[in-house]
Amino acid sequence: MTRMSIEERLAADKHVVDEGTPHIVVDVAACATCTPQDCACVKACPAGLFKAQGDTVTFDYAGCLECGTCRIVCFKKAIAWNHPEGGFGVEYRYG
Amino acid sequence: MDADFDAIVVGAGPAGSVAAYSLAVAGLNVLMIERGTAPGSKNVTGGRLYAHALERVIPGFAGEAPLERLVTRETITFLTDESAVSVDVASDKLLKTPSYTVLRAEFDAWLAARAEAAGATLVTSIRADEPILEGGKVVGVRCGEDSMGASVVIAADGANSLIAQKAGLRRELDPSEMATGVKCVLELPRGVIEERFNLDEGGGAAHLYVGECTKGMPGGGFLYTNKESLSIGLVVQAAALARSPHRLVDLVEDFRLHPRLGALVKDGRLVEYSAHLIPEAGLAGMASPVADGLLVVGDAAGLVLNTGYTLRGMDFAMASGAAAAEAVIEAAKVGNFSKAGLGSYVDKLNRSFVMRDLRTFKKAPRFLHNKRIYSDYPGLVEDVATHVFAVDGSPRLPLRKVAARAVGAHGGLRQLAKDGWRGMTSL
Ligand SMILES: Cc1cc2nc3c(=O)[nH]c(=O)nc-3n(C[C@H](O)[C@H](O)[C@H](O)COP(=O)(O)OP(=O)(O)OC[C@H]3O[C@@H](n4cnc5c(N)ncnc54)[C@H](O)[C@@H]3O)c2cc1C
Ligand code: SF4
Ligand code: SF4
Repeated sequence: MTRMSIEERLAADKHVVDEGTPHIVVDVAACATCTPQDCACVKACPAGLFKAQGDTVTFDYAGCLECGTCRIVCFKKAIAWNHPEGGFGVEYRYG
Repeated sequence: MDADFDAIVVGAGPAGSVAAYSLAVAGLNVLMIERGTAPGSKNVTGGRLYAHALERVIPGFAGEAPLERLVTRETITFLTDESAVSVDVASDKLLKTPSYTVLRAEFDAWLAARAEAAGATLVTSIRADEPILEGGKVVGVRCGEDSMGASVVIAADGANSLIAQKAGLRRELDPSEMATGVKCVLELPRGVIEERFNLDEGGGAAHLYVGECTKGMPGGGFLYTNKESLSIGLVVQAAALARSPHRLVDLVEDFRLHPRLGALVKDGRLVEYSAHLIPEAGLAGMASPVADGLLVVGDAAGLVLNTGYTLRGMDFAMASGAAAAEAVIEAAKVGNFSKAGLGSYVDKLNRSFVMRDLRTFKKAPRFLHNKRIYSDYPGLVEDVATHVFAVDGSPRLPLRKVAARAVGAHGGLRQLAKDGWRGMTSL
């Protein structure tokens, strides 16, 4: 069996991305004061959407599994978190 | 604000659907609001449903519900990077307290449809944004531009309950009280599953793993057989993850690819990857579940019990949903939906297995935060077990010496005795 990248795994899911309105907004100014390799969000997000890139952390809400982990682990409480609008986001077919 | 409904239930998971079903059966006018396009489309479980709680609400439900497999084999495995030492239980005694594996998209849709058939109204693809308060009392919910009024609101909106939080009943979630669960659904033919897991037709296996799979962090791995797929994944304490050198995305793949799991999951095609939070603090993490015009049920109230060898949330969710419905039915008789009028919910929880079991295991969450359980003891078990079976012609040590040496290498006897005692008094 071969190792699957997180992108390959997320591709198995059905997502209806709300292009206009992100349901998670990260305060990038707070992130700038974090050490990317040590960040809670990078370690804990099960969708790997927080990425340590050079000396910053980048985030993209497309592919979010809506677990809420980032909201509770962020060291700086820098995440404004909501569920996506009704009907948007991940749509589990097995669950 | 006028009450358009007797009750509004936010969330069509097991807690919400059981509450809505019970209220509708009693003739109350109920609205259930679900943010997913269908009930279950946002929900994740390991999962195994302990049948007792739903059996009380819908007797004989197993005959009609979309269940995957009846669990007939239980296995707990201590895992190190190369070894697995298991306790495997196959017994007809397990069937006296039946549990079934489930997949939530199908199961939750069925349960919500049962509530609808009983007379509840279900709306989907609608997110409830906040409770509406008048004079300190919850009188409805706001969904975008729309406001809907009800005599009582039941927050069944799961682990990330923004409704309970916005009503002031739940503080910010603490990462040491929450775990992140991640799951892969792997498709495999029915016959292959039954052969690999040594199951009779329709029978199911439930495997729990402790040790290497969480790199010593509090939590564990699980593997459940469905009809034509496996549910495999990890549950890891969020606070430990946040400080860990590892990324959860990698740990999940390490686990799926662990050499000792290879023969079980081989050729399983990944058809879904999902994640969800689990409130794990037991009683200590519990929100106050009642306010004027508001009841909180299931995960939203933190009603989950993790003993390390069982993880129970769905039966707690259902039983709390049923208890909330009973309390609302009593409150409706006298027209008193104040905190005091709804207070019998707490009494009902206290008398039921929900609070009894949470009280019995109230020390479990702290005990299970002990890292030695996940880092030292699986290695200890491995040392003893692999030594016992290793025969190469060199002089053998008697079992007591093997055990003593292993204990010495993994924390020492004093520590083991202390932890053993704590385990005995917590679990
Ligand atoms: C990996 C994992 C393994 C588990 N294993 C087991 C197991 O083996 N056995 C077991 O018994 N339990 C297990 N659990 C726990 C169990 O899944 C939960 O306790 C259970 O699902 C809780 O049910 P609930 O109805 O309270 O919440 P949920 O099932 O989370 O339902 C909440 C519902 O509310 C909806 N919602 C949320 N917010 C809003 C809003 N604002 N507006 C409208 N709708 C909203 C959601 O879409 C969802 O449908 C596991 C959990 C996980 C994550
Ligand atoms: S921990 Fe919080 S503040 Fe730091 S990088 Fe991650 S999201 Fe930004
Ligand atoms: S909610 Fe979960 S999946 Fe989505 S970004 Fe946060 S941690 Fe990642």
